[in-house]
Amino acid sequence: MAQVSLRRLTKTYDGGVAAVKAIDLEIADREFVVLVGPSGCGKTTTLRMIAGLEEVTAGEIRIGGEVVNDIPPRDRDIAMVFQNYALYPHMTVFENMAFGLKLRGFPREEIARRVDRAARILGLGELLDRKPKALSGGQRQRVAMGRAIVRDPKVFLFDEPLSNLDAQLRVQMRTEIKAVHQTVKTTTVYVTHDQVEAMTLADRVVVMNQGRIEQAGPPGELYANPATRFVAGFIGSPAMNMIPARLVPTAAALAVALEGGPTLPVPAERTARYAAHVGRDLLFGIRPEHVTEATRTDKPNLAPIDVTLDVVEPMGMETLVHFRLGRTSVCARVDPQAAGAPGEAMRLAVQMDRMHLIDPATDRVL
Amino acid sequence: MAPDGVSGTIARGEADVTVPRRRTGSLARLARRRSTIAFLLALPLILIIAGLVAWPATWAIYLSTLNRRMTASVGLDNYLFLIESETFRMVVWQSCFFAITAVLLKALIGFWLAHMLHTIPARGQRKWRGMLLIPWVIPPALSTLGWWWMFDPSYSSINWILNVFGFPSIPWLGTPWWARIAVVTVNVWYGAPFFMIMYLAALKSVPEQLYEAAAIDGATGLQKLLYVTLPMMRNIIAITVLFSLIVTFANYDIVRVLTNGGPRDTTHLFATYAFQVGILSGHLPRGAAVSLFMLPILAVAAFFILRGVSRRAREMM
Ligand SMILES: Nc1ncnc2c1ncn2[C@@H]1O[C@H](COP(=O)(O)OP(=O)(O)OP(=O)(O)O)[C@@H](O)[C@H]1O
Ligand SMILES: [Mg+2]
Repeated sequence: MAQVSLRRLTKTYDGGVAAVKAIDLEIADREFVVLVGPSGCGKTTTLRMIAGLEEVTAGEIRIGGEVVNDIPPRDRDIAMVFQNYALYPHMTVFENMAFGLKLRGFPREEIARRVDRAARILGLGELLDRKPKALSGGQRQRVAMGRAIVRDPKVFLFDEPLSNLDAQLRVQMRTEIKAVHQTVKTTTVYVTHDQVEAMTLADRVVVMNQGRIEQAGPPGELYANPATRFVAGFIGSPAMNMIPARLVPTAAALAVALEGGPTLPVPAERTARYAAHVGRDLLFGIRPEHVTEATRTDKPNLAPIDVTLDVVEPMGMETLVHFRLGRTSVCARVDPQAAGAPGEAMRLAVQMDRMHLIDPATDRVL
Repeated sequence: MAPDGVSGTIARGEADVTVPRRRTGSLARLARRRSTIAFLLALPLILIIAGLVAWPATWAIYLSTLNRRMTASVGLDNYLFLIESETFRMVVWQSCFFAITAVLLKALIGFWLAHMLHTIPARGQRKWRGMLLIPWVIPPALSTLGWWWMFDPSYSSINWILNVFGFPSIPWLGTPWWARIAVVTVNVWYGAPFFMIMYLAALKSVPEQLYEAAAIDGATGLQKLLYVTLPMMRNIIAITVLFSLIVTFANYDIVRVLTNGGPRDTTHLFATYAFQVGILSGHLPRGAAVSLFMLPILAVAAFFILRGVSRRAREMM
């Protein structure tokens, strides 16, 4: 049983860099939480404070209900996988994995049993006698995970464990990490700046920006209902289109007048939600996958727009088309068959019930 | 003339590299050609080593087989005489004792100093590092003279301090054991900074993350030292110890200035004894034989230490 809770957790480095600014986060037992955010947003700092490698400036960290602010890393019963693995180069794979157990005075048979089990889970059987130098990147990564698994700790901490691997191996290891977590259900905090990794692995994604938590929630929730402009732009690839727009009243309900483009009807059920913002300058947010070829009729609330294509990028399964609305370049995801050529006119359909309106003054999604 | 010759050969060698391997045997010829170039390029160094090392060594071996007036060969008689000699056996014992205790103490003190320095933040570190290096940069003959004064029976400042605290004076250079301690002390004082600077470089090269990983694995400070720092530094320690062992074993100036081998030849080392026998007593061949006795002892030590170093380097780097 180990829930982790961060209360008003703050870190200010010597020299005044405020890396983490009073964040609150409750991580449930056995939950897989991913901290994601752009470079320098304070993810590593947060993780290292949980590990005890970095002193806490203010606030509180509890692991399993116990305040650990002043407890050294070795007594926190956590395991960490570092970005560059930090394997001991003078020890064999077996010794690397056994080291933590040896220091804790486990009997020899118990150590062998646990290392064997971890080696089986991770497919390291034949490598136990090798030194880290004689391993590939993916194998080193697995040993680093094995070192964490054998300890059977309260919490796993991962700091960008896949960023040193090539793209193919990264996908493979991602699946493996997920599989391991399903086998050994341990509370996990995982740091990455790759949002695909975050979406695929997490029970709950925590988006950080400039030392604060922007939003925390299940991956689908963050994708469908981002709370802030930052989250809206950060989650999803290619990024959400944001087009300057103005909310105007129509006979039946409301509509958004896009800058340099058409006026699109807002779904009726959102009238009450947006009513207070009529007439203001807003940002109209729509994901590329919600702007599709107009021949599709399988979705409700489709609003047609006519555009001239600038750039066409075939991706195989789908094609990305780019066009301009006023000053803004907009991206849409269409069926490869439906896509026209650059310079041609095309009729697209916007799924209006997937729209977002962002207030540029507060950067919040309305 | 010579540089032209060399570059000409290189040009021809490169031309050979680009020739496709059509004829059989051209590869073998290429290898031969390349090794010729390598030999020519290494020739200046080979000549220097031959002139400064191989020739004197061979000459010394030849010399050690001659009689006192260097007129006739006596075979191994000089060696046999030395093995029989009580004084020489004491020199062997004293050299080993001196080298082993001095190197051990230098290694321990150097390690301790390096550790202390390593924990000082970078800004203050330079100043301390500079000060601690001073013993090593003063010419040892001069600094030993300073120590000689401190040990002097009539003006010894060390004894003066001892007296202040109520301890009796110590005849530093007058009795065999105190004299042995004195020469070891001066050698350690002079050599420890070398260990310190080597270890400091090694300490800095251990990645910080290994300590963090060890902390999370549950290591205490002492366990980090034992299981991370020391294994990571083993090669540097081994090479530094070997190097220092050779230099300490062959030490000359400290003993020469401080005790000149006395009292009653009890602090003589190979080098000072060879000088005593060969130059001062005028038996050059026997002096050569004394110094040649160092060779097998050091060779055995070097063999084992270097074997360990290269094995670890292969596995870890
Ligand atoms: N030891 C340090 N001393 C001073 N400032 C630091 C230190 N470590 C990190 N910072 C600063 O704290 C902020 C957060 O750093 P952190 O390493 O937590 O970012 P991150 O989210 O992990 O980024 P990345 O994705 O690049 O790893 C950055 O502005 C960084 O410059
Ligand atoms: Mg980081």
